Amino acid sequence: MLSFTKIKVLSIYLILILTIFFASLNFKNNNLIDKKINLGLDLQGGSYILLEIDTKPLVNQKLQTKVIPIKKLLNKNEIDFKDFIISPDNISLIIDEKEQNKFKNLFFKKQENKVNNFISEYNKFELDLEFSQNKVLIQFSNFGLISLNNTALKQSIEIIRRRIDDVGTKEPTILQRGDKRILVELPGIDNPERIKELLGKTAQLTFRLVSKDDGFGVEKLILSENNEELTVSKRVVISGDNLVDAQPQFDNQSNQPLVRFTLDRLGAQKFGRVTTENVGRRLAIVLDNSVISAPNIREPIIGGTGTISGGFSFQESTDLALLLRSGALPAPINIVEERTVGPDLGKDSIDAGVFSLIIGFILVIIFMFIKYKIFGLVSNISLIANLFMMVGILTILEATLTLPGIAGIILTVGMAVDSNVLIYERIKEELKTEKSIIHAFDTGYNKAKITVIDANVTTLIAAAILFIFGSGPVKGFAVTLGIGIITTLFSAYFIARHLTSVIVLNDKEGKYFKL
Amino acid sequence: MNNKINFSKFFSVANIFSLSAVIISILFLFFKGLNYGVDFKGGTLLEIRIDNKNIQIQDIRASLNIPELGDVNVKQFGEEGDFLIKFEKNANENKKFISDLKNSISKKISSAVNFRRVETVGPKVSSELLKQGITAIALALGAMLFYIWIRFEWQFSLGAIVALIHDVIITLGIFSILSFEVNLSIVAAVLTIVGYSMNDTVVIFDRIRENLLKYSKLKTNEITDISVNETLSRTIITSLTTLLALFSIFILGGEILKGFSFAMILGVIIGTYSSIYVASPVLNYFKVTQKTLLKDDDL
Repeated sequence: MLSFTKIKVLSIYLILILTIFFASLNFKNNNLIDKKINLGLDLQGGSYILLEIDTKPLVNQKLQTKVIPIKKLLNKNEIDFKDFIISPDNISLIIDEKEQNKFKNLFFKKQENKVNNFISEYNKFELDLEFSQNKVLIQFSNFGLISLNNTALKQSIEIIRRRIDDVGTKEPTILQRGDKRILVELPGIDNPERIKELLGKTAQLTFRLVSKDDGFGVEKLILSENNEELTVSKRVVISGDNLVDAQPQFDNQSNQPLVRFTLDRLGAQKFGRVTTENVGRRLAIVLDNSVISAPNIREPIIGGTGTISGGFSFQESTDLALLLRSGALPAPINIVEERTVGPDLGKDSIDAGVFSLIIGFILVIIFMFIKYKIFGLVSNISLIANLFMMVGILTILEATLTLPGIAGIILTVGMAVDSNVLIYERIKEELKTEKSIIHAFDTGYNKAKITVIDANVTTLIAAAILFIFGSGPVKGFAVTLGIGIITTLFSAYFIARHLTSVIVLNDKEGKYFKL
Repeated sequence: MNNKINFSKFFSVANIFSLSAVIISILFLFFKGLNYGVDFKGGTLLEIRIDNKNIQIQDIRASLNIPELGDVNVKQFGEEGDFLIKFEKNANENKKFISDLKNSISKKISSAVNFRRVETVGPKVSSELLKQGITAIALALGAMLFYIWIRFEWQFSLGAIVALIHDVIITLGIFSILSFEVNLSIVAAVLTIVGYSMNDTVVIFDRIRENLLKYSKLKTNEITDISVNETLSRTIITSLTTLLALFSIFILGGEILKGFSFAMILGVIIGTYSSIYVASPVLNYFKVTQKTLLKDDDL
């Protein structure tokens, strides 16, 4: 165990030098190799926001769009029905039992089916039928719900990305988490309130005419400026989908902030037609079920551009323009978890973490030197090498260092000496019965090997499980702990062993071997 | 070994001690329960720093006199002027709730308020995190059991797992007794304790197995005594260096790492004790001898 070939020694120190080189990249700017350890949000400050989409309203909305096609299908094929009821997640109706089969066949037709989409990806239909006597229940199938959910989630991620990019934060992370959640990480943001407000808004914009009379197809909405109750038609003239651009501006005359929007060709045509036909009536501009403003149509608007004013502050008009540009979210989004750390707390954490690392390191080094003298020095050299290698590997992997991650490094320092202690204690025992010093060291290393590996594998298992189950900062701990074990084994069995062999082989008189 | 200690003489005393500690811990866990933090209970946590050092806890509590918050808990956190505020409400229902709350605190306290940390966790996420934490610990115990079962005989595996469960229960029991907060980092600490305690147990077990093959005439308790004594200096030195590092985090590492390092310190001490006084007696109990090893090898 004490003999090393030249090539072995060379490669051991080459690996050490390589990792030290990578570790050094963190301390100076290097344009050639741009690798650095990333600081976690808890160390550099920033916001972690977990969002969850609520697909319930979407299910209802989608069912509403099925109403007319279903009725058309029934009428066209002369199937009598009654008690057509739309509930939040299903539609129920009464069809005579004799005609149910006919309806079923039409409902599950694979070609030219305008009611029930066939999802080829899953080889299943979007909607399901359930019969109980003459009652028919129409609802989304499991696969229909999954497909609805996935589409909504993908769209939401896209829109959230647009909104965040528009605000202009540095290096945001936007990821899908599970099948209903979106993770947003915003480094360097200490007051995420504005972004949270922008993310939380569905931003469903519609232009609808204000109706004179109450009747079918209208709803009462509140004008947010003065709490006036307006009767607004449910028929949408144009929606946010027709917008190609929106910019904040100041009104030429009143100097009030407003939002100027530009419509696409189709929207412009429709907007022109409706405003021409309805001069003198009020047009309600509705955002997420509340009316922002309801101006009178003074003249036809044919150019495809217009303005929205609603007594905004400049910030509000900027945000509204941003929301309109990025588009509406397909479903409402809720914040289910938020963690924000201010930059000064992050800095305090780094300082405290690094300080306790240095003190812990010094204490261990002093202890080992007192206990094992020259071999303690060997162990200490390998401990320093271990620390550099850890930092080097973290740099190569561009891992994220968190506060618990720093704790993991400190813990590794404490536990790393274990391998050397195991070996030295073993050698001590061997020296009692063994006359040849070299032989005692050799068997000591050999016999301790199995124990060292066993002991480290157990910690590695714990680290692996932490890595799989942990989130955020805890994951950072698992990473440093795991890497620490590997570098510990390397430094104990290659670096420390080589240094020990140099001492033992050169120490003919046995001056140093007293452990 | 000069300092030969007759460990097995104390086995029965230690077993009674361990058993009562485990029972007391279970009783506390069952009746008092754990003081779950925001991570596992849901709710909101604010860490604030106030420039005006004359502001007292009651002033902050007064500024938070908002009925809808529910149970509000305010405490000093680290330096003077640093406070930790916790309550059950979370941002799940109302998106503007945190910004409203921040405004309200800033307005009512006549000093600059720096919001250093804000954490809010909804009820669904917190129950998921708790479930994940329990699964992770259970899985870690299972994986250790499996590893020891492969490397040793089943008696060893049982001894190791009894020691691990002992460590986890007593650590959590002490957290319950002291009402210390249990959050995500405590789960990380418990998992590390599992790894560390296992590490310690394996070192002794390795030696016991080696000595079982070496001395065929000795009784099990004599073998465990010899083995524990032979590895004792290693056990003490490693525990000491690990504790040196941990105390350094506990004292200097800042408030956030306090709970984590405290759990680890407890775990290292309990884990070291359990390797000698819980894991090894199990081998005694099953009268593991050289025959046990040889018989299993034949299988």
